[in-house]
Amino acid sequence: MSVTAKGPLPSEPYDVTVVGAGVVGSAIARELAGHHRLRIALVEASGDVGDGTSKANTAILHTGFDAVPGSLEARLVREGSRLLGAYAAESGIPVEPVGALLVAWDEEQLAALPGLLKKAERNGYDEAHIIGADEVRAREPHLGEGALGALSVPGESIICPWTTTLAYATQAVRGGVDLHLNCAVEKVGASSPDGSACHALTTPRGVVRTRYLINAAGLHADALDRRLLGRGEFTVTPRRGQLIVFDKLARDLVSHILLPVPTALGKGVLVAPTVYGNVLLGPTAEELDDKRATGTTEDGLAGLRAKGRRILPALLDEEVTAVYAGLRAATEHDDYQIHACPEERCITVGGIRSTGLTASMAIAEYVVGLLAEAAGPDLDLTVPGSLDPVSMPNLGEAYPRPYQRADLIATDPAYGSIVCHCERVTRGEIRDALISTVPPGSLDGLRRRTRARGGRCQGFYCGAAVRELFDGWGESGAGR
Amino acid sequence: MRRQRHVDVLVVGAGPAGLAAATRLAASGAGAVEVLERDARAGGVPRHCHHGGFGRWGVTGPQYAESLVEAALGAGAAVRTGVSATGWAGALSLDTTGPHGLERITARAVVLATGARERPRTARLVPGTRPAGVFTTGELQQAVHVYRQEIGTRAVVVGAEPVSYAALSALRHAGVEVAALVTEEARAQVSPVRAAAARFGVARVPLVTGAVVAELLGRGRLSGVRLRRRDGRERVLACDTVVFTGDFVPDHELARRGGVLLDPGTRGPAVDGSFRTASPGIFAVGNGVHAVEPARVAAEEGVRVAGPVRDRLAGAGWPSGAVPLVVESPLRWVAPNRVAPGAPVGAEVAEGPGGPGGRFVLRTAEAVFCPLLVVTQDGRCLHRQRVMRRVLPNQGLYLSGSWAGDADAGGGPVRVAVG
Repeated sequence: MSVTAKGPLPSEPYDVTVVGAGVVGSAIARELAGHHRLRIALVEASGDVGDGTSKANTAILHTGFDAVPGSLEARLVREGSRLLGAYAAESGIPVEPVGALLVAWDEEQLAALPGLLKKAERNGYDEAHIIGADEVRAREPHLGEGALGALSVPGESIICPWTTTLAYATQAVRGGVDLHLNCAVEKVGASSPDGSACHALTTPRGVVRTRYLINAAGLHADALDRRLLGRGEFTVTPRRGQLIVFDKLARDLVSHILLPVPTALGKGVLVAPTVYGNVLLGPTAEELDDKRATGTTEDGLAGLRAKGRRILPALLDEEVTAVYAGLRAATEHDDYQIHACPEERCITVGGIRSTGLTASMAIAEYVVGLLAEAAGPDLDLTVPGSLDPVSMPNLGEAYPRPYQRADLIATDPAYGSIVCHCERVTRGEIRDALISTVPPGSLDGLRRRTRARGGRCQGFYCGAAVRELFDGWGESGAGR
Repeated sequence: MRRQRHVDVLVVGAGPAGLAAATRLAASGAGAVEVLERDARAGGVPRHCHHGGFGRWGVTGPQYAESLVEAALGAGAAVRTGVSATGWAGALSLDTTGPHGLERITARAVVLATGARERPRTARLVPGTRPAGVFTTGELQQAVHVYRQEIGTRAVVVGAEPVSYAALSALRHAGVEVAALVTEEARAQVSPVRAAAARFGVARVPLVTGAVVAELLGRGRLSGVRLRRRDGRERVLACDTVVFTGDFVPDHELARRGGVLLDPGTRGPAVDGSFRTASPGIFAVGNGVHAVEPARVAAEEGVRVAGPVRDRLAGAGWPSGAVPLVVESPLRWVAPNRVAPGAPVGAEVAEGPGGPGGRFVLRTAEAVFCPLLVVTQDGRCLHRQRVMRRVLPNQGLYLSGSWAGDADAGGGPVRVAVG
């Protein structure tokens, strides 16, 4: 078990290497980690896990009520929802079952609700129901004027996407997986060091040799596929989603995830609480060709504000805590692109869009099943191993945080010493994150593990103090 | 378990306003006076301001902060650092977290002195990437003067008001070249001498007026900012650091969580001339009420709130029927912003340490030349006052409090306009 961020890579070949430590790749590595007889690597281009698409999404644990019935995505989201729900409860990933309302703002949208209800039922979700204008108003008194009705989907939840990826990666590493960061795969070749055929993945840190390869490279899955197979079954066209996070004082304005009624133009803009106690507005949907275009734009933010004003007018008077943009790995296909290529000893896990967080554990099970089939007796995947459970630090407001816990502070005063005042992050939590199994590689990584510096002041009060803790730990060698 | 305690006066925030209030109260026998400070050290923002302009000539921020702390301790106030007020447990009860555990402190009077902060890049909705190298002055000053951290090599400062020039000085102290000060306004909002010193002095920092930062560029580390001038022309300024200065907002979270009425203009607690909020027993002073005035003004308010707090402890009633004091464009806000019977703003002038005392603070949204301030209520003129200078946005504009006793506490809103 190890996490490396620099230096040479092991020369001995791995049995399986997962490329991409996003939520999907980390989930697959965790699933594989249960099989103790295998040497497994998880390689990541960035300096941290979950640093690409996985860190910037709408943080919803979906029921899958609106998936395309019969699709692989529908099945994996449905299964994944159940699996991740149970896993979150066991490992301390914050989840709040707030429920969703698809609000109809005009007659056309109202007329679309019965169809959506039927679709939900075809997807095996039968708790949805249509409610009238009065009940919508009663449930969401701050909603803008003119809501005509809504489809209520009580099973939709909000979740912490950062902790989810981190829990998978942590458990994978503790289960024996080698996590290699700062390892962008630049070239894929073949090698046979001991007579057995291997893929040779060239990275800036050297070559990773592996017998089997799982491509979970997210936005870059199509490019890796081309390098690996000389062809691609899909092309990733990044779809940018810009989001605005409003301050915690706005949290009382909204109780449910407020989804728009989907139209031909896409799923539209939602307003949702976050498990950190904020309110999210977004995302935009912009088809781009630059896989690095994670910036926000003036037009994007202005458009979101205009839409948000209609949905929840009072929200726009609140202070903004953060703005960000994420890229969804959209393809020309309507479904996930998960393909096994047994002769090349590889499996591609591509086109995993915004539902990937929810579906991640089911995708992992499915992919490991495909791998077992493709490898046959060559890889011993028949004996399921067992992983020690993980207990993740709580970032959610619905559960007691360390600053609220007299018991914890009594055992260690560092949990009573608040460093980041806006988010109430204690010195103890920052220390724990810095010495954890998968420590943060940057201040942003620390933020995703603790919320430190992520609040309304964005570091006015605590920025320098948090940086001091981060750098201090690095220098003392307790980090990496 | 929360430890339950009682004090006479609980002051939240050990900056200039809170410490001055505690000093005066403790010295005048108000009983057990306790100041809560969530930071590891007391003194507030001046602790990070390693420039002069505090109190007497040549006194720096840290020296000033230290003298305030010493005065409070000397007067017998308890100053507790590293203790955060995390919420309310009752009208005058606060829950706290500190390394020694959780407490619930109930007071006979609460003084909120929670200060102000600068709006960060996100709240200003500046588009672009999210690279490292983006600061507010508050973070910059702490990084430079308290933690002595590496900042960058070439910076752009957004703003041209006093705090922006303070940021400039911190950057120069850290050895960072400053590419430009950029302001949306037509000119710098400091004295011509100060603006000229920065522009034509040793460092020769250009001042770009009438321009906004339209986008942050770079991934990982900031690589530049895209500026847009009022006429739409754009250019990219290369830099690895950007400091968003000014645009202060009162830290009103605790007040708001406690249901304290806020003023829509200042966004801080609405207070009358005695710094009484609409919530009985809760006072508010300093830059948490108006963002932002110099430290000495905040400290003066701390001194002046002592009398009303003592009256409250002695059993004085709380006004119910205060009328709001509102401003008309181009004025942005006024503080105090409630007019209550028995609380003329001028009444406490004698308490002040020679400062101007007894006055209203205002801000204008655009430059006004020698404005005539006109105060009316229900069409009746209460006061007229000419300010014999040019007043720029983000600069102090003051209105005498002498008329406040003439306002009708049962009447409509009192209006301040530029005549």
